[in-house]
Amino acid sequence: MSRPMVLRGGRVIDPSQGLDERLDLLLVDGRVARLGRDLDAPKGAEVVAVDGLVVAPGLVDLHVHFREPGDEHKETIRSGARAAVAGGFTSVCAMPNTDPPIDDPAAVGFLRAEGQRAGFAHVYPVGAVSVGQKGEEMTEVGELAAAGAVAVSDDGQPVWNAGLMRRVLEYTKAFDIPVFSHSEELGLSRHGVMNEGPVSTALGLRGIPNAAEDVAVARDCIIAELTGGQLHIQHVSTRGAVEIIRAAKARGVAVTAEVTPHHLALTDEAVRGYRTEAKVKPPLRSAASVTAVRDALVEGVIDCVATDHAPHHYEDKEREFDDAPFGLIGVETALAVCIRELVVSGRLDLPELINRLSCRPAQIARLPAGTLAEGSPADVVVFDPEVRWICQPEEFFSLSRNTPFAGQELVGRVVMTIVDGRSVFARGAD
Amino acid sequence: MTARVTFGKDLTGLEGLRAEQIRTILDVAEPFKEISERPIKKVPALRGKTIVNLFYEPSTRTRVSFEFAEKRLSADTVNISGVGSSVQKGETLVDTARNLEAMRIDMVVVRHGSSGAAQFLADRIASNVINGGDGQHEHPTQGLLDMLTIRDHLGGIEGHRVCIVGDILHSRVARSNIWGLLKLGAEVAVCGPPTLVPPGIEELGVQVFKRVEEAIEWAEVLNVLRLQLERMEAGYIPSLREYNRFFGISVARLERAPRDILILHPGPMNRGVEIDSHVADGPHSVILQQVTNGVAVRMAVLYLLAGGSPERAEAAKRESRE
Repeated sequence: MSRPMVLRGGRVIDPSQGLDERLDLLLVDGRVARLGRDLDAPKGAEVVAVDGLVVAPGLVDLHVHFREPGDEHKETIRSGARAAVAGGFTSVCAMPNTDPPIDDPAAVGFLRAEGQRAGFAHVYPVGAVSVGQKGEEMTEVGELAAAGAVAVSDDGQPVWNAGLMRRVLEYTKAFDIPVFSHSEELGLSRHGVMNEGPVSTALGLRGIPNAAEDVAVARDCIIAELTGGQLHIQHVSTRGAVEIIRAAKARGVAVTAEVTPHHLALTDEAVRGYRTEAKVKPPLRSAASVTAVRDALVEGVIDCVATDHAPHHYEDKEREFDDAPFGLIGVETALAVCIRELVVSGRLDLPELINRLSCRPAQIARLPAGTLAEGSPADVVVFDPEVRWICQPEEFFSLSRNTPFAGQELVGRVVMTIVDGRSVFARGAD
Repeated sequence: MTARVTFGKDLTGLEGLRAEQIRTILDVAEPFKEISERPIKKVPALRGKTIVNLFYEPSTRTRVSFEFAEKRLSADTVNISGVGSSVQKGETLVDTARNLEAMRIDMVVVRHGSSGAAQFLADRIASNVINGGDGQHEHPTQGLLDMLTIRDHLGGIEGHRVCIVGDILHSRVARSNIWGLLKLGAEVAVCGPPTLVPPGIEELGVQVFKRVEEAIEWAEVLNVLRLQLERMEAGYIPSLREYNRFFGISVARLERAPRDILILHPGPMNRGVEIDSHVADGPHSVILQQVTNGVAVRMAVLYLLAGGSPERAEAAKRESRE
């Protein structure tokens, strides 16, 4: 059992309790024991002075790819979970598109066990919707949930078969877990490698229209309405998808949505020069789309931020644009990109950003996270919300380096991350 | 005299060139035209330079044209062609680049099926890289030879109306023509089946005609693109026959034009599909002159990227006689 710990003098922001004030936080036996002013440190406690820093519930990422099993040269559960805590995330949901996919209870158990063994962020498995992620036969969803899967998804690929989407949205109701949907109409996106528009035309690259996402999001919302299942739309990138989700929510459909930091920060201009680190699905969109997803997050139509952390080996990205894989990494830059894009510009205040990076995602996946209420797990992030730093991928804990933010100035950096009352990450003063 | 026009290390596209650079290339091509008319078609301008023609896609015309241009300037050339994609061969493009670099070559002409491949090489090697066509992006020397041919016939580019007809979506020739012609002050339009006209093309500064009759009514020059059979297989058009009926350039269509129209085609032609034989072989076709001009333009590009002075091109041409 770890020593008790007191975080003294920080700005405690906990949207789950409506807190934003200077308080001490006492952690005992892996739980939040007390929040208050001038707390006495128990005997033997470690006292950490965090004046000038923000103390918040650990961040929650509903969307990461840790590549194990199968592509351990890109990322492992251990390296990914370590990168996650370096970015302030204490809980992550690992997508099932590994090799083999996470489509049976043993694989779910493997992921959980490896996550626990690593001892960094809590790693929550997301099971596959279909056996082998082939989009045909439904997995044993109940068994997956019983083994610890917190959601099901065929992410990496859409559930192209509307009938299967219907069945899984119905069936998951029995187990009270959401379906995470990578909503993409392949008939409109196939062969595309970037956003369709003036930039793709100039670069001579094949485009993916907004409609590829809009059509699929509309289909999924309609099926969610039909079934009453809980649908979570992953990585929303278009104005059309936002409007469809807004309308569905207004009708009372049980739909939630996430947006990635890169879709909040970058347009398809980032692809110019054939920069493969900006090749991602859904593709980086136009400036109008970026504005739309920012506004939707502020308004609450989009519930939360999730990274879609997708590591790739440098060799795979160091090639012709058409041949490079989709995906970029995000857990170590997400907080700082969001502060730069949303807080510095005044679109969101820090408490609301923490709500969208911690409390809301925890609610969506029903995770024991996203709060510093007394008695809850002692998962805490401590960060400096104002420090400016240059993103240098060679310093990442992730095994991969594929970020479009390399060389950019970002704002806000994690100083310390605590999981179950133990300090699992601490950044030394530069 | 005006300040000397200089060039960067590479020619990856016309989008990145300034108008005076394009004009300089065309001007330098003029004296080089004459070399190909001589009994002994050789000048020493690039003596001692090694050039690799790296062709990942099959090409006869462009590769042969570059090779003649290189040899007529006395460069040592090596052809790497007939290779499938680098991926199929197992060697990555970055490894190929490093190997070429290790052999201390001076220039690479690269033709590749992926957009951006020329830029990819240019960013990674110190040698000059000339784009011989990359995916659906650009084919700058084709754009230049088209402009040289138009200039030969119309006396200039500025103010003239050029329409590019056909599969704009997949065409690197279209993009290089658009950038180059616009920079030199032409009015540019495109015309083709809407499935083969890319979205947002208007934002490049061109107008779009839906019907080829409207294009013919408007244009002084038609640059007729090759229609590839794969486009039909991929469902962009229902049949070649229908394409010819609605978008093919025929004598009957041209006869209704209010003026004579100059006909260009980058080749190889599908006679009876995008262009009828009577048009291709007719009095207003300059298709073979394009091929001749191609050698001169490529000589100009090689000469200028190798550091040759625009003012000395005439002298460079004469050196062999002295």
